[in-house]
Amino acid sequence: MYEYYAKWIREGKLKVNSDWNKDLKIKFTVQDPCQIVRKSYGDPIAEDLRFVVKSVVGEENFVDMQPNKSNNYCCGGGGGFLQSGFKDQRLAYGKIKDEQIKATGADYCIAGCHNCHAQIHELSEHYGGNYPVVHLWTLICLSLGILGPNEREYLGDDLKEVNVFHPETAM
Amino acid sequence: MTVAVLKLGNTKRKNVFLDKVKELLPDGGNLNACLTCGACASGCPATGLENMDPRKFLRMAALGMDEEIAKSDWPWMCTMCQRCIYVCPMQIDIPQLIFNARTLRPREERPSGILGSCDMAMRNESNSAMGASPEDFEFVVEDVLEEYQEAQPEFADMQAPIDKEGAQFFLNQNSREPVTEPDEMVPLWKILHLAGVDWTYGSRGWGGENYCMFLADDESWKKTTGITVDQANKLGCKTYLNTE
Ligand code: SF4
Ligand code: SF4
Repeated sequence: MYEYYAKWIREGKLKVNSDWNKDLKIKFTVQDPCQIVRKSYGDPIAEDLRFVVKSVVGEENFVDMQPNKSNNYCCGGGGGFLQSGFKDQRLAYGKIKDEQIKATGADYCIAGCHNCHAQIHELSEHYGGNYPVVHLWTLICLSLGILGPNEREYLGDDLKEVNVFHPETAM
Repeated sequence: MTVAVLKLGNTKRKNVFLDKVKELLPDGGNLNACLTCGACASGCPATGLENMDPRKFLRMAALGMDEEIAKSDWPWMCTMCQRCIYVCPMQIDIPQLIFNARTLRPREERPSGILGSCDMAMRNESNSAMGASPEDFEFVVEDVLEEYQEAQPEFADMQAPIDKEGAQFFLNQNSREPVTEPDEMVPLWKILHLAGVDWTYGSRGWGGENYCMFLADDESWKKTTGITVDQANKLGCKTYLNTE
């Protein structure tokens, strides 16, 4: 999907911009999903992912994890681990990821994959980092000014009120 | 880490498991080419869990310790992330070896959460690990769409089609949204709407999860994936699109 987001932005179909974050300067890092990056399309799709992220949050507000792209560490949410019942081991597995994220100093971690999202969300709470973990579609819509009040489940308090589309529909 | 428990020189051991996996893989997965350099183990986040790591796992298979491998829970803690093969100088397919180790246990003795999710997916033709039926899915999608078309008039023309014939993209959907947080489906619909994308969900095979694969139940995996492919082909869609 990331390659299409990137394509549609390049073609001018999605008129995203990062003005909303110019003064806020909220920092974001991104998880490269193993399945899409290392295991399927490699670094080119990781570059597309970064192009999309930078377009919506601002180049200066993006911080990469180390290592990254095809050499990234798995978060521990894949392969069925989330449903395997080995919770302690899963959290231990994810410690590297949590530390990698904290080392970026980013306020948010973007997770484009559902398993990554669930796992990193849990890591954030378990290890006390408490950085929000967001889907990419949320930020794209935020930057387009079309993200309603009820589509902000995973945004932190700092972004709940920013650029709200039809605020009167809040539930 | 202790490896002292490895009993070498036991001539009764045969590496049946390793040989079986080698037969399945192109070039035998290079499973005989290990230099024991340890690059795989040093970069694997599962190293240390259950006192195991990828290099040790491969050594145990090479030594024919099939019983010990079958007993270990570690194959369920490897995420198949493939970082080990990515860094391995010999391109040794350890993830495939581990994946196949999951089959060493009878299906009903595999982790109950994964088993249950696969069974849910087999309940109807949705392929949803949460068991949502095609009818449930259609209801939620239509309901949420109508709500947003009204509440946000700029999107009055937005669509979220199911079984639209000839659509370019066949989009899947993780069950988590329709079942527990339906509003989270909407941002993606908006993006597709603004980009003018011709897309559809399928009433059959819409679920994006694949727990039968994680269960290493190849037959069920083939069946669920087959439903999705069949539906996409029936509708004449050109591209299968994952939400990630
Ligand atoms: S990285 Fe490859 S060669 Fe080195 S120990 Fe692991 S499997 Fe063997
Ligand atoms: S595929 Fe498994 S063994 Fe290999 S690096 Fe990932 S978790 Fe470790």
